[in-house]
Amino acid sequence: MTDVTIIGAGVAGLCAAFTLCKAGLKVRLIDRNGAPGPHGCSWWAGGMLAPFCEGAVAEPAVVAHGQTAVPFWAGVTDVTYRGSLVIALQRDRGELDRFARRTAGHCKVDDIAALEPDLAQHKNALFFEDEAHLDPRNALSDLVAALAGRGVHIEQAEVRPDNLDGPVIDTRGMAANLSGLRGVRGEMVVLRAPDITLSRPVRLLHPRHPLYIVPRAGGVFMLGATQLESSERRGISARAVLELLSAAYALDPRFAEAELLETGADLRPAYPDNLPRVTVRGRVLHLNGLFRHGYLLAPALAAQAADYLTKGIKGDLVHED
Amino acid sequence: MRDFYGITLDIPLMLGTAQYPSPAVMESAFRQSGASVATVSLRREGGQGQGFWDIIRGLGVHILPNTAGCYSAREAITTAHMARELFDTNWIKLEVIGHADTLQPDPFGLLEATEALAADGFDVFPYTTEDQVLAARLLDAGAKVLMPWGAPIGSGLGLNNRYGLKTLRAAFPDVPMVIDAGLGLPSHAADALEMGFDAVLLNTAVAQAGDPVAMARGFALAVQAGALARQADPMAPRDMAVPSTPVVGKAWL
Repeated sequence: MTDVTIIGAGVAGLCAAFTLCKAGLKVRLIDRNGAPGPHGCSWWAGGMLAPFCEGAVAEPAVVAHGQTAVPFWAGVTDVTYRGSLVIALQRDRGELDRFARRTAGHCKVDDIAALEPDLAQHKNALFFEDEAHLDPRNALSDLVAALAGRGVHIEQAEVRPDNLDGPVIDTRGMAANLSGLRGVRGEMVVLRAPDITLSRPVRLLHPRHPLYIVPRAGGVFMLGATQLESSERRGISARAVLELLSAAYALDPRFAEAELLETGADLRPAYPDNLPRVTVRGRVLHLNGLFRHGYLLAPALAAQAADYLTKGIKGDLVHED
Repeated sequence: MRDFYGITLDIPLMLGTAQYPSPAVMESAFRQSGASVATVSLRREGGQGQGFWDIIRGLGVHILPNTAGCYSAREAITTAHMARELFDTNWIKLEVIGHADTLQPDPFGLLEATEALAADGFDVFPYTTEDQVLAARLLDAGAKVLMPWGAPIGSGLGLNNRYGLKTLRAAFPDVPMVIDAGLGLPSHAADALEMGFDAVLLNTAVAQAGDPVAMARGFALAVQAGALARQADPMAPRDMAVPSTPVVGKAWL
């Protein structure tokens, strides 16, 4: 007997399934594409668990809820707990002061070489010690494995909440086609640069082309990400490649010699306040709108859905329709 | 009161719609400031910005689509036609960028595109420098509004060439003019209105402020103050504090 059916096996659906399992519910998980892969936007994420940096622009709720991400993920997958570094080029150093004013949990770095020897040429940086990162694709497959260990296997089928009985959690992202939800296009690049070593995510503040670089195993780096108010579904644009690579080159000219492994483009589902929601419609809970905070906020969103279902607690991300 | 293709503005403030922390913050910035025109770009959205554009339409203000990011007259003309279809308006803020780093207008491409679009029934708002000769040519080409820059886009420097802007204002007293780009502070906006400009257009100064809603309000108050000051006929400045005769040795009470 199933207690709750979850549609969608991206980061939102998997986190919800895992959280509800742990709360003792019997869960069914269905995705029209089966296991996570390039068809879902979770595949293209950076994997930064950086609530304090996000606070420069995002609402305080992102900073608060984002701090639950590390404990959640540490129980499931490898989390690298080495903080994050925010750098500005010499001519943009005013941006760094502004970033510092708008964020908490950082300190000014006097000796960048001590943290990241390969970035010694830079002069202006902030260090956010209590941040972390993970490899999103490993995190997804580790979650799938953890669920399998609890007897939950992803069923491949195209279903809609109306065709299912009992409580349903709908995490289909853009496919859910909810009112108020829009797509925000993001584009990314994956490089291999064995000569460069970074041990933590680095953000480059730039008034026009902000960039982050997340190191992954084997000399691989993820460069992201553009943010366009567009639902256009096509491959990365030449302009985005130019901008991302130019910014990386400004950070370390050796990126010019890197091997271009992969590019990606997808849509981030977002509500007007760019905060995720649990929208309650009868027996259906819609978990959606994770925007650029999938890995950062999916654990908190899942926890609020579970609290609502099992205890009737209405958290700040829950919206009763 | 000079109008913009038949439209007068209660609050002479036009706001861009890019770079806000979220559309919800953008919406409050509009509501709290009373800004009556929203500029919107569509060059990079590939015609697929529907969700976001619906939010902008929902603001209930005049929409001024722009050709931001266009580097040639041809690109700008294509974008203008797309904008007309999408937003059902003849208004177009015409940007033809001449230089990638300074984002300054390309006067030649701008003139070419203004001619073509005005002939095609568009109400053109050309983003231009303070150059008087260019201004005259743009007006000849069919523009009925001019948008001289304050300073390079996104620089926040204010009115970079006050002399040039004053001369431009004086040269075409009947032409509605909007200071567009480069403003960083409400005082810059008040200054522009005091100088006799009819409105200001800005984006970064509000969207990238720590509190965009408060900054939008600040700008709204500033443009209203500037407009009142202009109407009130300000006193002429005097060098009062520089004495014309020496005071040494004289009783001063």
